Amino acid sequence: MHPAPSVIAFTTLSGAGFGLLFWLGLGLPAVTGWVAFVFFAIAFALAAGGLMASTFHLGHPERAWKAFSQWRSSWLSREGVCAVAALLSMGAYGAGLVFFGTRLAPLGWLGAALSLGTVFTTSMIYAQLRTVPRWQSPLTPALFITIALGGGALLAGQVTAAMALLALAGLVQLIWWRRGDRALAESATDIASATGLGRIGTVRSFAPPHTGTNYLLREMVHEVGRRHARRLRVIALALGYAVPVVLLALPFGHALAALAVVSHLAGIAASRWLFFAEAEHVVGLYYGKR
Amino acid sequence: MTTLPEATTRKLGLVIDLDTCVGCHACVIACKGWNTENYGAPLSDQDPYGAAPSGTFLNRIHSYEVQPATGTAQLVHFPKSCLHCEDAPCVTVCPTGASYKRVEDGIVLVNESDCIGCGLCAWACPYGAREMDQAEGVMKKCTLCVDRIYNENLPEVDRVPACVRTCPAGARHFGDLGDPESDVSKLVATRGGMDLMPEQGTKPVNKYLPPRPRDRLDEVDVLAPLLAPVAAEPTGFLGWLDRALERL
Amino acid sequence: MTHQPRLDTSPHVSDEVRRTTCYMCACRCGINVHMKGGKVAYIEGNRDHPVNRGVLCAKGSAGIMQHNAPSRLRAPLKRVGPRGSGEFEEISWDEALQIACDWLEPIRRDDPSKLAFFTGRDQSQSFTSYWAQNFGTPNYAAHGGFCSVNMAAAGIYTMGGAFWEFGQPDWDHTKLFILFGVAEDHDSNPIKMGIGRIKARGARVIGVNPIRTGYNAVADDWVGITPGTDGLFILSLVHVLMRAGKIDLDYLARYTNAPVFINGDPASPEYGLFMRDADGKPLVIDRTTGQLTAFDTPGVRPDLSATHEANGITHRPVMHLMAERYLDPQYAPEAVAARCGISPDKIRRIAAEIARVAFDEEITLDHAWTDFRGETHQTMVGRPVSFHAMRGISAHSNGFQTARALHVLQILLGTVEVPGGFRFKPPYPRPVSAHPTPHCKTTPGQPLDGPHLGYPRGPEDLALKEDGSAARIDKAFTWENPMSAHGLMHMVISNAHAGDPYRIDTLFMYMANMAWNSSMNTARVMEMLTDRDANGDYVIPHIIYSDAYSSEMVAYADLILPDTTYLERHDCISLLDRPICEADAAADAIRWPVVTPDRDVRGFQTVLVQLANKLKLPGFTTEDGTARYTDYADYMVNHERKPGIGPLIGFRGDGSDTGRGAPNPAQIDRYIENGGFFVSHIPEAAQYYKPWNRAYQDWAVGIGIFDKPQPYIFDLYAEPMRRFQLAAEGHGERQPPDHLRDRIKSTMDPLPIWYPPFEDTAIDTDEFPIHALTQRPMAMYHSWGTQNAWLRQIHGHNPLYLPTKLWQKHGFATGDWARVTSPHGEITVPVAHMAALNENTVWTWNAIGKRKGAWALSEDAPEATRGFLLNHLIHELLPPRGDGLRWSNSDPITGQAAWFDLRVKIEKATAPSEAQPGFAPIKSPVGQGPDHLAWTVGK
Repeated sequence: MHPAPSVIAFTTLSGAGFGLLFWLGLGLPAVTGWVAFVFFAIAFALAAGGLMASTFHLGHPERAWKAFSQWRSSWLSREGVCAVAALLSMGAYGAGLVFFGTRLAPLGWLGAALSLGTVFTTSMIYAQLRTVPRWQSPLTPALFITIALGGGALLAGQVTAAMALLALAGLVQLIWWRRGDRALAESATDIASATGLGRIGTVRSFAPPHTGTNYLLREMVHEVGRRHARRLRVIALALGYAVPVVLLALPFGHALAALAVVSHLAGIAASRWLFFAEAEHVVGLYYGKR
Repeated sequence: MTTLPEATTRKLGLVIDLDTCVGCHACVIACKGWNTENYGAPLSDQDPYGAAPSGTFLNRIHSYEVQPATGTAQLVHFPKSCLHCEDAPCVTVCPTGASYKRVEDGIVLVNESDCIGCGLCAWACPYGAREMDQAEGVMKKCTLCVDRIYNENLPEVDRVPACVRTCPAGARHFGDLGDPESDVSKLVATRGGMDLMPEQGTKPVNKYLPPRPRDRLDEVDVLAPLLAPVAAEPTGFLGWLDRALERL
Repeated sequence: MTHQPRLDTSPHVSDEVRRTTCYMCACRCGINVHMKGGKVAYIEGNRDHPVNRGVLCAKGSAGIMQHNAPSRLRAPLKRVGPRGSGEFEEISWDEALQIACDWLEPIRRDDPSKLAFFTGRDQSQSFTSYWAQNFGTPNYAAHGGFCSVNMAAAGIYTMGGAFWEFGQPDWDHTKLFILFGVAEDHDSNPIKMGIGRIKARGARVIGVNPIRTGYNAVADDWVGITPGTDGLFILSLVHVLMRAGKIDLDYLARYTNAPVFINGDPASPEYGLFMRDADGKPLVIDRTTGQLTAFDTPGVRPDLSATHEANGITHRPVMHLMAERYLDPQYAPEAVAARCGISPDKIRRIAAEIARVAFDEEITLDHAWTDFRGETHQTMVGRPVSFHAMRGISAHSNGFQTARALHVLQILLGTVEVPGGFRFKPPYPRPVSAHPTPHCKTTPGQPLDGPHLGYPRGPEDLALKEDGSAARIDKAFTWENPMSAHGLMHMVISNAHAGDPYRIDTLFMYMANMAWNSSMNTARVMEMLTDRDANGDYVIPHIIYSDAYSSEMVAYADLILPDTTYLERHDCISLLDRPICEADAAADAIRWPVVTPDRDVRGFQTVLVQLANKLKLPGFTTEDGTARYTDYADYMVNHERKPGIGPLIGFRGDGSDTGRGAPNPAQIDRYIENGGFFVSHIPEAAQYYKPWNRAYQDWAVGIGIFDKPQPYIFDLYAEPMRRFQLAAEGHGERQPPDHLRDRIKSTMDPLPIWYPPFEDTAIDTDEFPIHALTQRPMAMYHSWGTQNAWLRQIHGHNPLYLPTKLWQKHGFATGDWARVTSPHGEITVPVAHMAALNENTVWTWNAIGKRKGAWALSEDAPEATRGFLLNHLIHELLPPRGDGLRWSNSDPITGQAAWFDLRVKIEKATAPSEAQPGFAPIKSPVGQGPDHLAWTVGK
């Protein structure tokens, strides 16, 4: 799949933002006033900023409001609904903390659940797609949620939780890659089933329909060099998970914490780039691109 | 509404004969022409006279080479457009309800005024049947020429999709695949019509008729025995000729 | 449950449908042009039209993009920069016509042969030739010489017609269809429709082609033959079939010259010619009487096996000569297999399958008919095997004899003009005797002495001057290629540049991209067009060119006469020319301006009328110089070739006459009302056996195709060829030059033979072991498709396809490039792998590669950077033999360009930045197309 910067930015930033909101909703850290304002500002900037970024790839962003209507069937719609609900409830909850010094705990729990739900619905947009075997797995929501929880904990200053969750997320990431690398081959879909010609013999794409490119190829057929991918995976693992954990293990300091956050976000961005770039959409089979 | 209907009254679709398709691209362009002028936004082309021309097409013809275990390789031309699946994953993923499957005939359509151009339906389609129009920012797909097949401004005989009407080899058939007595259903039954990617669970309505067995003259078991000579030499042949002429 | 948007399923389709004739290729299908607000909204096939019955190919459906292409020329152009630069200024039509007349008038006054007028892919040849004839130049032809003249001429000389415009398989009844060579480019929709129809019936298709694409991809059996050996394969089939007695003796005896006696006296000046009676009628022996009798005597039963003794000489009929020739072991499958690349077993199986279908699946129609000898037959018996071939087997230096072999095979099986076999389309069948001979006698200020092109019966019909030199600039109808029935357009520039046989003053061309894909040796042709003599003058002094589009050739002309698009013009697809008839109907058609040009352009034919009027050409003007016609539409209606016979057969006289009748001023309106065409059906009893069927002959006379019935028998043995051989053996007044004597003797055999393509003998085939071919993709037509925004997305560049053996041998991988070298040139191009391909053959799509700056494309268009032409590897001449002579790379009988004889070698190359050879851009006279299209005319 095409690793669109808007979608990478969206899932990376809003994942971290909603992760932070989750922890804030639980009252961790228990902040009020200006400190709360800073935390919430960061969380909203990340979560809402990511959502904004995601609209950049729409053909008609002005109609984005219509996306709230199909929550009964569409994960994308559910994500929108969930995100707005999360932001609204956390907004109210945050306002209580910032302006009134009051913590409406049940509202926080609700907001935390919705925040986590938003990350889950985002992950399900990908995990539901049978057309992308690498994504279609319960491990995909597991990966998104552990990253969001770990990243959120990191932002929320929950050092122990962050270290544990980031380590766990790194582990999920490794398992996810390992499974993903075999997913297409192990799915029943190949060029033989795509064309129905497998019963005659070995099928090979002779010529594409058009000599030039098209939307499908641009959007869904992205080829990544194997060495490039391996290098990026190391970077993602190191920056996204290992470096933050190591930094957190060092004596605490704001500079180190900021470095851990930057490292984490950069690593997750790399992971997300790979999430898309390495994902093999089965339509590529029709173009002999798998 | 992106919930799929429980069942559709009819299952309109195409039957594509891979035994007969010569790969001429007539259907591709007839489709482009009709759908550029009709249903929704025109199918646009970017850089049409430049280095990387790339436009929206709702139907494209692939070519595959198939190598049997023994014998000669074969070439198969393979038209591909929306299969109007019964379990259309493109419909259920749509966040706005722009994508829908019609209750009365099963045609999968995009209501362009509701489309936000998120592209998720194209991701959900295993067949590459949906293309985002780069000028209009909305998703385009085969409408089965819904604006032709019921169009009272067209003569009745022309109320078929543009690709079917134009196909010179007659490799494209249109009809109700939900009716076992329809011509298309019978064709599917007699010719062993098949689904593409059945394992994706989409239950496509469109069917493909596989190529008939090829190169049977290469097999030992031929249709006719080899010809026995009437004579080995020209003189013997002339003798045979004389006798044969007598019999006429 | 769900609610759906309300949809208007009956939207407005169009304000009006205007029905005319397509011109996106040479097929001439009927089209419905849907108009909205006076603009073209959508184009589809016309269901009523006899050619396409509603269907339409990719090209036709993309007509809207061609009609609106940014490459359209906008006004007459006068060259202001050097030739080839593309620098022009727009001028008025008055000025353009005056410039043309200033060049043409002195030529006509002093020496009309100084004009070479060649019209490329012209569909108005009866008109353009009429213009040239009235101008007086002998130098006229269209593009047949570099296309398929071998097929056409071999058909005429054998049976009075060939494929495509001449005839078609009996799609309704055939059970086995055998297709030779690349055929996707001519008669394309009818053949696709036919294949679809026979497949729907479960009938079978065999494809004989080194490349398994297109029609060969759907063939039930594929024969991946070695290029240039089709004739050998066919003669091997003839060998097996004859040996097994699987030939139709009754048919051969009745309808062919198999029983005709051949003079067997080696000492006679008529040795090898037909024995004839006092009336000149060929003689057969009647089995009833045992006597020599004219072949057409009522009640005669021609004998195939008898011999005739006279003066100690044994004379034998054609059948004997054929038995002697084709039963020879040299044609046995085992003897030909290696050269053809087909196993002996497969040849035998194909022969057996042909015989099985032809003789065991015989079909009978209950239609009584009467033959030319007066015998009435109660049924029509058919042998349901049919064949088709076009350019694939034609474009070789052995193409004429190969095409003859194919026609002879059909005749031996008795499948021509019978149910299930091959059927002629009116005005065919038409024997050689019903065609003109070539004419070349020029008189200053006067018309030529007759039609330029024709079918020579013998050396007396050659187009030679008194001194024996060529009368025509293309050397058509000379000893080098005596039966060049379509001329040799591909030799015109080369000969004009060489001054061989003479120098010309003005080259006037229409719709022929000679500076690019229509020429062999493209780069050198561009040099010839721009070459200057010692005085600094161009060697070819004046070049006038007419085209609708900014093609590569435009840059090489001095004066451009911009043509209209096909939707803006009048045309007639005439029975005098290349009509659109079907096997069971005579038909013709028109084009008419369904839209008015928005540019200062004129239909080329109308411009010719205007030039003719300015030049006061006879035929176009009356004695006092008054114009007979104002434009081409006027000519279409009012011209009469013979009294009552004009370009169009429909709605003559008061509108109710067909074929013969006075000009009808309302004729074009009636055609428009009728859908742009006219059809007249052949009565049932006249639909088969046309050359011998009295009912058909009478119908043909009635409609004006013939003036009197002219039944004839098929020429298995082609006597005119023997006449050339006799001359080469020393008989007769007109003698060939000595250097051609042996070649004429060996190649102009009156019975089909096979010989290796000339290039194979002229070069080292060990050094150049690979055959290289081109095919035209079905979605593109020549160079035209490239300017079409929709079609160029399908074929924007072309790889060279390599068979598995070569792919592996050279270690190629996806994305690689190869250097391809022939004895004449070198190209470096992208390659791709193809398994379903003859193992010694490489191929690519034709005419995808483009010159930078042409066709209103950007200079970095893939057509110019990755696309390429094979033409750079092909020379119009064979490699020099050291005898100082220019031996053309063509068929020795017709002069057809031997495109497909090409031999190459191949090696892996580092990818260059662009396909090689590259050429400097030419300046576009029309700018470049827009960077975005979203084409809607409605709303």
